Amino acid sequence: MSDVSASTPASSPPPDAAGRRSRRRVNPNLLVGASLVLLIVGMAIVSFFWTPHDPTLVNAATRLQKPSGDYWFGTDKFGRDVFSQVMVGARTTLFVGFVAVGVATAIGVPLGVLGGMVSRGPGEVLMRGNDLLLAFPALLLAIMFAAVYGASTLVAMIAIGIATIPSFARLIRSGTLQVMGTEYVLAARAAGRSPFAIGARHVLPNVSSLVIVQASVSFAIAVLAEAALSFLGFGTPPPTPSWGRMLQESQEMLWSAPRLAVFPGVAIAVAVLGFNLLGDGLRDRFDPKLDDRR
Amino acid sequence: MTGSVPQGPGSDADTDPVMRGVAATAPAYPAPAGIPVSPDPAAISVRNVTRDYRRPRTSVLRASEPVRALRGVSFEVAQGERFGIVGESGCGKSTLLRIISGLDHATTGSVHIEGTDLTGRRDRQLRFLRTRLQLVFQDPMSSLDPRMRVHDIVAEPLVAQGRGPSRERVGELLEAVGLQAAAADRYPHQFSGGQRQRISIARALAPRPNILVADEPVSALDVSVRAQVLNLIADLVDELDLTLVFVSHDLSVVRHVCDRVAVMHEGEIVEMGPVADVYDDPQHPYTRQLIAAIPTLSKALSGTTAADLTRETSP
Amino acid sequence: MSAAGTRARGRGRGDAGDVLVVQGLDVTVREQMLVEDVTFTVRSGERVGLIGESGSGKSLTALALMGLLPEGLTATGSVRVDGVRHDLVGADERAMSRVRGRDIAMVFQEPMTALNPTMRVGDQVAEAMLIHRTRPNRKAAHSAAVELLEQVGLPDPPDTARAYPHQLSGGQRQRVVLALALANDPALLVCDEPTTALDVTVQAFVLDLIVQGVLDRRAAMVFITHDLAVVATVCERVMVMYGGRIVEAGPVQAVFTRPRHRYTQGLLGASDLAVVDDRGRLATIPGSVPAAGRFPAGCVFRNRCAHATALCETRPPWTATGNDAGFACHHPADAADAAPTSASEGRQR
Repeated sequence: MSDVSASTPASSPPPDAAGRRSRRRVNPNLLVGASLVLLIVGMAIVSFFWTPHDPTLVNAATRLQKPSGDYWFGTDKFGRDVFSQVMVGARTTLFVGFVAVGVATAIGVPLGVLGGMVSRGPGEVLMRGNDLLLAFPALLLAIMFAAVYGASTLVAMIAIGIATIPSFARLIRSGTLQVMGTEYVLAARAAGRSPFAIGARHVLPNVSSLVIVQASVSFAIAVLAEAALSFLGFGTPPPTPSWGRMLQESQEMLWSAPRLAVFPGVAIAVAVLGFNLLGDGLRDRFDPKLDDRR
Repeated sequence: MTGSVPQGPGSDADTDPVMRGVAATAPAYPAPAGIPVSPDPAAISVRNVTRDYRRPRTSVLRASEPVRALRGVSFEVAQGERFGIVGESGCGKSTLLRIISGLDHATTGSVHIEGTDLTGRRDRQLRFLRTRLQLVFQDPMSSLDPRMRVHDIVAEPLVAQGRGPSRERVGELLEAVGLQAAAADRYPHQFSGGQRQRISIARALAPRPNILVADEPVSALDVSVRAQVLNLIADLVDELDLTLVFVSHDLSVVRHVCDRVAVMHEGEIVEMGPVADVYDDPQHPYTRQLIAAIPTLSKALSGTTAADLTRETSP
Repeated sequence: MSAAGTRARGRGRGDAGDVLVVQGLDVTVREQMLVEDVTFTVRSGERVGLIGESGSGKSLTALALMGLLPEGLTATGSVRVDGVRHDLVGADERAMSRVRGRDIAMVFQEPMTALNPTMRVGDQVAEAMLIHRTRPNRKAAHSAAVELLEQVGLPDPPDTARAYPHQLSGGQRQRVVLALALANDPALLVCDEPTTALDVTVQAFVLDLIVQGVLDRRAAMVFITHDLAVVATVCERVMVMYGGRIVEAGPVQAVFTRPRHRYTQGLLGASDLAVVDDRGRLATIPGSVPAAGRFPAGCVFRNRCAHATALCETRPPWTATGNDAGFACHHPADAADAAPTSASEGRQR
């Protein structure tokens, strides 16, 4: 071909991705966030096979026990083991989070990509509708859902999921607009790629980091929302343990047995903090500006 | 406030393009849309193309003034010709390229590629164009999808046209642009700017196009790599009998690469002709200003100062 | 040009005084050498170009001079500037902030990011003077700012002074950045690719203004670019950087007509579009610039050099060919060699 031997540098190993990653400092947010999330997930998994006591077993003989070797976090006014309830409550929390975030991702991401790729007419209408939904308070929507369909974990999480759609759609739309403005999309169009293929092959992979970050932050919001709903009595109905309902039940004994509020409260805080830190950490990780390639 | 170049609004005589050479005046194009025309049509024929963009409204009562990106551009590129388009940012050259490539539509006027009219065709009806005309972009970083392997990038035009990616074809293309076939398994960020531009060229060649449109393909490259890529483009154009449309802000690069050049300014072609003529004896004041402003080594070494570069434009 | 620029601040600026003395400057990141043993001197009124391709270390050198290296990169060696008592290498941020903008100023490639988008440009220029107290009060600073804006050729300076950066074109913004840099009559102006983002015709004006501004103030200038033609137009002296080292230095006329280092020779050949071989092809340097830290040991250019031998595995010593001139090459081009530029005027195509 030409008098150029450009093939030589191509064959020499390029600064490989692994090498670059190891040179990057470990992100403390990511580390702490991932550890807290793993703790919650671990607790939920273990609770399927083992809990110190039956979390739903009412026993008048063991009412309001202080924390001890037998009852690590003590017992509540019905004599149920608080530690076992916190463990099983993690299950509820994660379940709610996954379904809510799943609903929001499954609907919000395609909506955002569509809104970003079809800029005029229908896309515009889509995004205005999205803005309307964004203006609607998530908790209010969930309470309305609970009023119509009855209070249940599933209804609560679908409501939370629907309320989270707009924030996904907005973010993904702005990411999509950015990708659509790149020359590689122009090149794909010039190559004859259909809009659908451009969406699937170029837009989605390039906004996926946004999705992951937003999902972990939304997860934290969903956990809080579920706790709030259960606290208000619109969420998980008894006897399924839920951190929010544990808080509500502890309310009347706040002065005599504050520990009943502290344990689920701390659990909620740990979960929310964990997912938020994980989200922040992932954002730093994916941020191209922090890539130390020069 | 407008550009800092003191440039009065040209009189009518001023903005009349200066046309020289054989293909200076575009022949009348008789064919109605859709009907195949003369046996050997021009590779590209652009007739009176205008493009207006709507600006977002700033007032509720009044629609805002449209931006006139192209104000009636006509030219023809013969088969196998190397045609340059020169102009500064905002002159309309990128808009023109997109219209030729079927990525944007002209507001008025017509574009024929190898005798086929692009006017009014939707994306789906442009398949023929995708196999005949391909693009190379300016920024070798943003023109390759960072999440795709080189193999998928180069094979994209083949996949899009339902021909299926073949490893041999991709390897063959990579070798044709001076890379190793093994490069197919890597990601774009693992290559230098010049190598990425080679990948971009390999992708453009994949569907065996007749026309290669290059939008500032070397302006983001280092000097030592620029020469390599220019040579590669010249080799490929010769070997594959390509028609080349080469867009640049740098008239001296166009002079090296092309046979004929059109100088664009404010949405119009102000001068067109064989490169040597335009470069050595510019007729339009804007072309003169442009050529005078380009710093070159030989000019500098014979004593041209920065002040001298601006002399054609001194108010 | 007005006399405002030449208003001295009691810092006697002799004709041949050394304004910038750089000695053994290294920039390292985690054991990796990015800039190695850079030594040069710039005297008052001198315009020196620093050329190199991306990854050559030229921009890092500029940032090291300004004490603006990104986090994680460390500079060692010595950088002294006339009028500053301490060494700039290792100086703390407070000391450097007194130096920056007063004794040394910088013009960056991207004029938009160098300006505060929420402040009127006149106020920004005035503030630059008030920070270093080179004007007694706000009113004096403001009228000096308008005068500066006029000096850099902006239309209707009092009106432009009230504009925000986004209301100006790219070329006009770069003029404002230049006014900002010249506001305190710095002893040294560092320009890092100041016209790369501009159109050719605008570039010509900005280059002219930079040269005028430096001449009027008898300031020293370090001009960093990858564009050989720009450097030849603007500077008297040039240093060629590759792989973090200065590989050749000397007067522009000498370096660009009789290059000694093989890299300089290749660079000149590759950038000359008027000289082609019998097939109409340009001269090239094989391969591409390696990534930082992947340059070969010994001579950094040897893996792309046609003249490289086993000897090149050892680092070539600096061969001085004059004051501020020399090269580091084991197999230099013959001093009597004709320049590749003048080899053939006619085009063969």
